[in-house]
Amino acid sequence: MGVVSTVLGGFPAWSQILAWDLIKIGAIVVPLMLSVAYLTFIERKVIGYMQVRVGPNRVGPRGWLQPIADGLKLLLKEIVVPTGSNKILFVLAPVLAIMPALVAWSVVPFTSHWVLANINAGLLFVLAVTSMGVYGVVVAGWASNSKYAFLGSLRSAAQIVAYEIAMGFALVGVLMAAGTLNLRRIALEQAGGFWHWLVWPLFPLFLVYFISGVAETNRLPFDVAEGESEIVAGFHVEYSGMTFALFFLAEYANMILLSALTTVLFLGGWLPPLDVAPFTWLPPLAWFLVKVSAVLFLYLWLRATFPRYRYDQIMRLGWKVLIPVTLVWISVMGVVMTFTPWGFLFSR
Amino acid sequence: MKAIRKYLHSFLLLELLRGMALTGRHFFARKITVQYPDERTPQSPRFRGLHALRRYPNGEERCIACKLCEAVCPALAITIESEQRPDGTRRTTRYDIDLTKCIFCGFCEESCPVDSIVETRILDYHGEKRGDLLYTKEMLLAIGDQYEKEIAADRAQDARYR
Repeated sequence: MGVVSTVLGGFPAWSQILAWDLIKIGAIVVPLMLSVAYLTFIERKVIGYMQVRVGPNRVGPRGWLQPIADGLKLLLKEIVVPTGSNKILFVLAPVLAIMPALVAWSVVPFTSHWVLANINAGLLFVLAVTSMGVYGVVVAGWASNSKYAFLGSLRSAAQIVAYEIAMGFALVGVLMAAGTLNLRRIALEQAGGFWHWLVWPLFPLFLVYFISGVAETNRLPFDVAEGESEIVAGFHVEYSGMTFALFFLAEYANMILLSALTTVLFLGGWLPPLDVAPFTWLPPLAWFLVKVSAVLFLYLWLRATFPRYRYDQIMRLGWKVLIPVTLVWISVMGVVMTFTPWGFLFSR
Repeated sequence: MKAIRKYLHSFLLLELLRGMALTGRHFFARKITVQYPDERTPQSPRFRGLHALRRYPNGEERCIACKLCEAVCPALAITIESEQRPDGTRRTTRYDIDLTKCIFCGFCEESCPVDSIVETRILDYHGEKRGDLLYTKEMLLAIGDQYEKEIAADRAQDARYR
């Protein structure tokens, strides 16, 4: 840090701030992109193992260079723009898809000190930004001028609207229990051992949040927007090369983001499960990464286990199961916290 | 009552948890993948792979141009032309197998009265241009010469069932 400060010392103040922020952004985005690359590899490995296969193991030692090879292949491929497409929107769509997936990381607290923008309305910001992601999918489906892409984006739009509500309500529960919208403070509220984590009092909301998170990121078993057995590849049928790669990156960055948020909101963020010696040896960032990896593994596990939902069943689950469950639990929480002496069950 | 139980089972995610327990167990199971180019699955002596034309130990080609294989071939993959040699025997001047048509049924081998056309154990070959998979008499004879030992051993092993 001292080195960077001396190098920047001679420049005007605004450029120093800009340079610092750019360095911090780089420090988040570069590891994020690397983890996306290796998440694709680990996904293939984990799913392979669950299907009693070995997964990719040919490129490099035990297959560890596979994501590099995949990335190079996508870089070198031609970007085909269909004749009947809306060219501007066609190119804009992948950008729209990846932008929110990266922007939301600005408020995620990695440790109690490492957070790019420690804003008070962090939770609200995350909700607002992640719901922008659907525009990428919708615009892609519209601009491609292909019936499969169009069907895929219609499905995706309806699905994300449905699950956004359940997700929002689940987060209302977090808000009630933690009493703050600031992500760092929400995590700090859960300090003092794993029994203080918000998973326990909010368990139904945790499940709803996780399930709608899977649906929001268009992951199996909710990937009707892609649905390769019905509508080829859904919204990204017409995309190739780097434009396709951007959608891919966005999907996986969203997955990691959702896992990070689940960790911060429900699993105590960077805090160790017990505040005693062997658990505090690991640095906070390591605990954060361990928890995020655990949630990500759950994502892959789901994908390896469940077949795709039928479209009407997705709608039924979203509107008729998840939303009522969250509403009931929020009402119970509200009543208990306001009118009974057992409010300590939900908040401290 | 049954309906309520069923409802609870899906509402409490019990069904899903059972499914995940199953895949979770398989995550640790022994992997059964055969790492193909390094490992191979066992083959039967009757394996029907790439074709070959055989010769007698004295170097004379076995094929007598009877054209039974051409007649029996269900995919019409074999083309044979023949002539009479100065010594009075009938031999092929052309023996083509179009491997893009061949369905590897093994009828040609079964129909052959002199065990000339055979199918070997070779299964990994490829063509890079159009026409690369049209095997001519010379190519088939060359395969036969190269793998004669293996071919003869396989026929010997299978002989008592024929």
